[in-house]
Amino acid sequence: MSCAAARCKNQMREGIAVIKYIAKRILQFIPVFLGVTLILFIMQNVVPGDPIKLIAGERKLDPTTEMNIRAAHGLIETDADGNIIYDENGDTIPTSMPKRYVNYLTDLLQGDLGTSYQRGTPVSSIILQKYPYTVQLALVAIVIEAIVGIGAGIISAIKRYSFWDVLVTLVTSLLVAMPAFWLGMLLQLIFGIWLKGATGGAVSLPISGVAGPRALYPDWMYYILPAITLASVSTAYTARIMRSQLLDVMNQDYIRTAKAKGLSKGAIIRKHALKNALIPVVTYVGMDFGAMLAGAILTETVFSWPGIGRETYVAITQRDWPIVMGSVTVIVVVVMVINLIVDVSYAFLDPRIRLGSSKNEG
Amino acid sequence: MNYPVSRPDAQAYADSIAVEHSGVASADSGKSRTLWGDALGRLKKNKLAVIAAIWILFIIVIALSADLWVPQVLGDPNSTAANMAAESRLPPSLEHPFGTDTLGRDVLSRVIYGARISLTVGVVATGISTAIGLVMGAIAAYYGGIWDTIIMRLADIFLAFPYTLFVIAMIAVIGNGIQNVFIAIGILGWPSIARVFRSAILSVKQNDYVDAARAMGASDLRIIARHIFPNSVASIVVYATMNIGGAILTESALSFLGMGVVPPDPSWGTLIQSGQQYLQTEPWLMVLPGLAILSTVLAFTLLGDGLRDALDVKMKDA
Repeated sequence: MSCAAARCKNQMREGIAVIKYIAKRILQFIPVFLGVTLILFIMQNVVPGDPIKLIAGERKLDPTTEMNIRAAHGLIETDADGNIIYDENGDTIPTSMPKRYVNYLTDLLQGDLGTSYQRGTPVSSIILQKYPYTVQLALVAIVIEAIVGIGAGIISAIKRYSFWDVLVTLVTSLLVAMPAFWLGMLLQLIFGIWLKGATGGAVSLPISGVAGPRALYPDWMYYILPAITLASVSTAYTARIMRSQLLDVMNQDYIRTAKAKGLSKGAIIRKHALKNALIPVVTYVGMDFGAMLAGAILTETVFSWPGIGRETYVAITQRDWPIVMGSVTVIVVVVMVINLIVDVSYAFLDPRIRLGSSKNEG
Repeated sequence: MNYPVSRPDAQAYADSIAVEHSGVASADSGKSRTLWGDALGRLKKNKLAVIAAIWILFIIVIALSADLWVPQVLGDPNSTAANMAAESRLPPSLEHPFGTDTLGRDVLSRVIYGARISLTVGVVATGISTAIGLVMGAIAAYYGGIWDTIIMRLADIFLAFPYTLFVIAMIAVIGNGIQNVFIAIGILGWPSIARVFRSAILSVKQNDYVDAARAMGASDLRIIARHIFPNSVASIVVYATMNIGGAILTESALSFLGMGVVPPDPSWGTLIQSGQQYLQTEPWLMVLPGLAILSTVLAFTLLGDGLRDALDVKMKDA
């Protein structure tokens, strides 16, 4: 490969700018990450209830077992070999809060998310088991959001003030004001219950759970209603952003030039307007994908979907804080990474954006 | 500090400059018009916003006057168990337009009483977020430097949390019940308001009249209260209006998950939650509370949109 020296130099400079920007963003992660873990840690420590009671459940523990459990969860001081340290009175020494926080962070950085109080299994294996469900649902939802949202937005903008435009505006306003879990229940009612009744049980959609060996429906059908519910609000926003962006671009000078050249409206939109109008939309959809990966507690609860959001919510109600801390930490990191990827790709999509030069602090 | 001009005069002068610069000084007609009078005129022309405002007023009036005319919230106190079973989960009829629940209580009455709780949560939680957000935003923007960094990083941390999980975790820590729902939603809502107010202040701060006021020795607090706040209040009003709808949605989600308002208090979220188990047989139990949420949140959004246009506020993240 050969390129003109000046161009190579420019490309290199841009590459360095991107790397610098990524490095800067990763450095900014650090205080946010520490803050998030610290807040979770404080919550865990002020929440009422002794973890030992949660671990033991109804069982009565003898003091030695209890001590061993406390040692295993790092609640009392142990030496390097895991032996419990006693003070001069022969009592165990509770680990101080700052020390426990440091221990927690150290374990975290080594990939150890701790052990569930109630189930006794490692938090990381619980997350690995549940996260795929959330990711799958998010993928289906984001496809719906992109296709329906962008499509509706384009139609709405091209046929401005028409019946379709009014319809899109109306539906998006309703979707944004609706509790998503209520929409989910309505969908269950319509497609799971009424449709089943109306067709004598011939046609219906599954209203809860996921596919499995004994499932009554084909696997893919289980995604439909939860994915629509999860995508509903953001599809509305996508359509709105698409509409306003396209209308904005259509007012630009270069579109008027294209019109003056005699291009048809369709060609103008396809070749000139859409590309530029899509950039903020793609960014929004990307960010929203990150938000969906944070787990959809409400959608997952309504549809008994065994994802990370529901798992974390159940853990909160059971006061199983290792799971809460582990999954929220993982979620926060995933969301931050997705947002970084979106920001970087934004600059690739739109050459007018120069990473690091703009003042995007705040 | 000694100034030749007496302080009150100097500040009155600065105040008058402030009014001039905010672009709402007297109109050509000679009749003095205010920002709010102007905005009200424009708002009245926006039909959707007017309908939304009327709907909100209607809900407020109904909720406040419920004790005077809403019947049989708890069913008939003298009814026996057999009676109660007979009254239980009746389908919609003239007597009970939206049917009755498991305990024979009229669903419409419950929804009307639920309006009190849901609206209160919306308004109080927004009030708390706004108060914290204003103070944080003001400190960050006005003092800048290290304060700005600390507060905005703190906002980043709060915003990095998955919101619903954060609210639920907060409730798990402080316990459920109405007051704690206020607190949890209110405390977690400050970062976005702080950002809006911060950028509003930053743009107002560059005006000459702020420099003029400072040159005349006005205190920081006075400059913020007398010059900066009045000139950025429009964006706060718009943001808070929209935020009320969001808070109502959050409350309904919390109550739906059983972590918000505790039964027998009827919030719209708890009503949907208790209707969920009868989805197959008595779907009307969850439909009406949902419609109440939908219409009210929609009304706050439309009113917020209307106010934004009327007050000519440019929202960065609408």
